[in-house]
Amino acid sequence: MESVDNIALLLARLQFSWTIGVHILFPSFTIGLASYLAVLEGLWLKTGKQVYIRLFKYWVKIFAVVFAMGVVSGIVMSYEFGTNWSVFADKTGPILGPLLAYEVLSAFFLEAGFLGIMLFGLSKVGKKLHFTATLMVAIGTFFSAFWILSANSWMQTPQGYSINDVGQFVPEDWLKIVFNPSFPYRLMHMVIAAYLTTAFVVGAVGAWHLLRDKTCEGARVMFSMAMWMAAIVAPLQIFVGDMHGLNTMEHQPAKIAAMEGHFETQKGAPLILFGIPDMEAEETKYAIEIPKLGSLILTHHADGEIIGLKAFPKEDRPNSLIVFWAFRIMVGLGTLMASLGLFSLWLRWRKKLYDTALFHKAAVLMAPSGFMAVIAGWTVTEVGRQPYTVYGLLRTNQSAAPVEAPAVATSLLIFIIVYFVVFGFGIYYILRMMKAPPTPGQTPTASSHPIGLDSIMSTQTGKEDN
Amino acid sequence: MFDLPTIWAGLLALVILIYVILDGFDLGIGILYPLLQKGEERNTAMNTVAPVWDGNETWLVLGGGGLLAAFPLAYAIIMPALYVPILAMLFGLIFRGVSFEFRWRNPRHEKIWDAGFFGGSLLATFSQGIVLGAFVQGIAVDGRAYSGGWFDWLSPFSMFTGLSLVFGYAFLGTMWLILKTEGELRDRLYKLSLPLMLTVFLLTGIVSLWTPFLSPEIFARWFKMPTLLYLSPVPIIAALLAWRIYVNLKRQNDYRPFPLALGLFVLSYAGLGISIFPYVVPRAITVAEAAAPDASLGFMLIGAAIFLPLIFIYTGYSYWIFRGKVKAGEGYH
Repeated sequence: MESVDNIALLLARLQFSWTIGVHILFPSFTIGLASYLAVLEGLWLKTGKQVYIRLFKYWVKIFAVVFAMGVVSGIVMSYEFGTNWSVFADKTGPILGPLLAYEVLSAFFLEAGFLGIMLFGLSKVGKKLHFTATLMVAIGTFFSAFWILSANSWMQTPQGYSINDVGQFVPEDWLKIVFNPSFPYRLMHMVIAAYLTTAFVVGAVGAWHLLRDKTCEGARVMFSMAMWMAAIVAPLQIFVGDMHGLNTMEHQPAKIAAMEGHFETQKGAPLILFGIPDMEAEETKYAIEIPKLGSLILTHHADGEIIGLKAFPKEDRPNSLIVFWAFRIMVGLGTLMASLGLFSLWLRWRKKLYDTALFHKAAVLMAPSGFMAVIAGWTVTEVGRQPYTVYGLLRTNQSAAPVEAPAVATSLLIFIIVYFVVFGFGIYYILRMMKAPPTPGQTPTASSHPIGLDSIMSTQTGKEDN
Repeated sequence: MFDLPTIWAGLLALVILIYVILDGFDLGIGILYPLLQKGEERNTAMNTVAPVWDGNETWLVLGGGGLLAAFPLAYAIIMPALYVPILAMLFGLIFRGVSFEFRWRNPRHEKIWDAGFFGGSLLATFSQGIVLGAFVQGIAVDGRAYSGGWFDWLSPFSMFTGLSLVFGYAFLGTMWLILKTEGELRDRLYKLSLPLMLTVFLLTGIVSLWTPFLSPEIFARWFKMPTLLYLSPVPIIAALLAWRIYVNLKRQNDYRPFPLALGLFVLSYAGLGISIFPYVVPRAITVAEAAAPDASLGFMLIGAAIFLPLIFIYTGYSYWIFRGKVKAGEGYH
């Protein structure tokens, strides 16, 4: 019986990680894109330049598709807490429920209420009200991030609660709950990650069109804006990520040990660059290390002490193999993003930003980097929280719903198929929209794709401007 | 009487009612899709709700989130008990939700997303009807958890409520489209509306008569003096509303049938409430037993007091902006 329960638990975990993993891709993009749209429309109102409103119309269609996918995959999440994690829902509902309710009340309605006006209303409400609607949508995406990250952070660093006689977490101090210790760092880290995700998608689309037509004004403007973002925000993200890491070391040392692949507690710990953490053997095999650097980074002292996984009972350790590698993927991608951003500054200074094909190709390749880094980062923080749902207090294996394994297996299978099909189509449509040039080219180089949908779509764009 | 759990029970009931009213016609349009002509008619029908569907569906998220927050125990029991229909509803909502955008993205794929919009709306509605029926029927509870199997929800009654809701939402959708469209499309919907209304009335009648026989407790609640006396206006008002809808449809007044049809839904919903209160899991867990502590409910009530009025204002504003008949070819796509 126990093994059957374990299978049901494993399936429920797989289902949650699949549905949340797919879902997070959409808000990661829309949080940044909503702000970008607000900036574009604001610039249009301020300068009156046509290129900004053209870019707005170009990206708003993409935004609508991504947003719709975010909505439908998000509704799933608000019910899955109950369908698959009912014990968790019962116990944490009094604390997490109100946080989620605030998210719906302050964010989802705002986004949904003004999205219609943003998409359909420019001719009905006039420029200024329309801009207000765009701003409301952007603010909504931020509020949403605020509440959901507060809820997640409370699960990582719970405080301000007590436990009642039926085992529920009940609120004692809402300020402490909302502003729990890891929340400010996680919020900053995630919002910046969303901005970077968007910047690298916008940058890649700009670069792709620059490779076809260097003079395309829309492509130049969006590429330039994206590279400013990358140059300023990617390095900032490394700094914020470091602060987040230090906060984690204070509150979740086991997660840090898993991230670093450290099993022994030691002073002057090395930085393990690569290796294969082996949970059974309790060591990181084939480790390539730099002496003392681990302590230097984490404690800012060469001889600082770093706690290893062995300091925790075996059943309380997160899986280091996953966390270690996910962390390296995230950091690696972040470093690449910052490098690209900084290199763009040099090209800009040399006035070659729009002429360096190799750089544009690199930017195209970096299109998915933000999404990959977001998934890797969430893997670090969520797998690193294991074996708990509420850190140190409620175990994952005591959180699941009493749903039989065949039911979960069936739903998981359907989720996988449906998400691949539906969101596969969605991504295909988005790529098609991105393929159309953002503004008509001034030179006939656009003839690289003279017939077909691209030209039809660009004609349509032209029509809308009239 | 007006303690926080009761207030929240009332608020949640209101939220779910608003959801049914707003997303009902919206899902109904999807159910009607095969009856509309491909291309222009379907475009117009979809455009009557395209600016507002997302907001309508947000009430469902608030319903789920609100239940988790205000009555976590009920949420923890109901969701696993209704695992299959809840997930089926979610899958349906995925297909119909993305159809609003995907349908316009590639002319060659229009067929796929017409089917997705119809199939998704139908599945979501049928599942919601099943959820309703299975919920009223009762859920096996042991301690703080659901204790039944994963097919307990399946019964003649829940199938029947599923079917009834499909017709009910299709009826609301018809009234909405009569309100929002013109010409040939509206004329055809007028022809459809009367048989559809009679069907809905018949089905609602059967469900209403069936419900008291599900449990002696519900029976006692309805057929007991003096309650019977207080409740007797419910069927009378329902008959009156149906008469008014009939008259207005005959006169081809585009604007009145929709609000009157909503009135019918509100009335059925009130009848449902009478059958259930004060339980939040029928005849197993009461509102008071499942309620989160006052510290949670009070904190949330502040949020509801601030945000709900704002939501009403800007949602109303959005409906106001997109008021009037939708002409063929409108939309941003």
